[in-house]
Amino acid sequence: MGPLIVNEIISPNTNLFIAFLIGIGFGFALESSGFSSSRKLAGMFYGYDTTVLKVFFTAALTAMLGLLFFSLFGWIDLDFVYINPTYLTSAILGGAIMGAGFIMGGFCPGTAFCAISIGKLDALAFIGGLVLGILFFTEGYPMWEEIYKANFLGTPTMNDIIDLPRGVFALGMILVAFAMFWVGEWAEKKFPREEY
Amino acid sequence: MNEVKKTKYINPYIGGVLLGIVLLAANFISGRGLGASGAVKSAVVSTVNVVAPSHVENAAFYKAYRQSHPGNPMHSWLVFEMLGVLVGGFLSGAFAKRLKFKVEHSPKITSKRRIIFAVMGGILFGFGAQLGRGCTSGSALSGMAVLSVGGFITMAFIFGTAFALAYFFRKNWI
Repeated sequence: MGPLIVNEIISPNTNLFIAFLIGIGFGFALESSGFSSSRKLAGMFYGYDTTVLKVFFTAALTAMLGLLFFSLFGWIDLDFVYINPTYLTSAILGGAIMGAGFIMGGFCPGTAFCAISIGKLDALAFIGGLVLGILFFTEGYPMWEEIYKANFLGTPTMNDIIDLPRGVFALGMILVAFAMFWVGEWAEKKFPREEY
Repeated sequence: MNEVKKTKYINPYIGGVLLGIVLLAANFISGRGLGASGAVKSAVVSTVNVVAPSHVENAAFYKAYRQSHPGNPMHSWLVFEMLGVLVGGFLSGAFAKRLKFKVEHSPKITSKRRIIFAVMGGILFGFGAQLGRGCTSGSALSGMAVLSVGGFITMAFIFGTAFALAYFFRKNWI
């Protein structure tokens, strides 16, 4: 049955309309969780607000388990779901550069759009920066093309590389996430601050 | 310190489940995860295409992009999704009475300093998201949901680096 687009249950144009609806849900979930506030997002890295950790990992777990059960019930064929490819070098370097951008700018791209939708002007400045950063990448592409394509590993999944069934890995992730939630709750009690 | 004002936002675990369901729906219906930076890239490529069409025909990146993305770059899933984000964020903010033009920053710094750092952070994030093939949404969150190794690595390095550098930027936030 799923994914609906791959099995031609919906048309490409319907898919774009669905994208818009999904975006509304995405924006609503982010904003109502407080992701429109840069100080709240940055709080993650000082322990006074671990909302990012809780929302991010709860979301990843929910989707991960949903896909697992949907595939067990035969509702979705995971072979047709996009798996992000792994380019080791660029995943590490890109991630590290994004991390620096996160602590300096206080947003990531999705949260910046969510914040500008309620009028945060620092988010507008961040989005201006995004445009410049992307332009810098596309214009200078020949300089980093080699790094960009280095160490391509295909589309491995975590359960493949540690040779566990998908479900067992997911169970492990749940336990890890619960441990992190516990640490997060502890940190918020230890470094309390007013809500931004 | 016990008199800490709480909370005008929804419970973060409920917010996480909501976000997870949205991500699951994207995978179930469209066979793909969420994203954000890709939509900005579409806008950048479209703009360059209008401003300097001959440049797009010759420069390496744009040539490769046109080959892998035929048609209008704005006619893409992520562009429509991000338009939805603006609407969804606005609705949530309107319901919770949070609509207001402002520059949010720590009382210890000026608005100007906040804006300068926001632009610098945006530049780094924009560049990093291109190199890492997706940002926190497209690579880290969506990648983790489908158990992509690359998604987990990118996630670890985004959060790890931000934690490692947090000390140097503490004045901007606390």
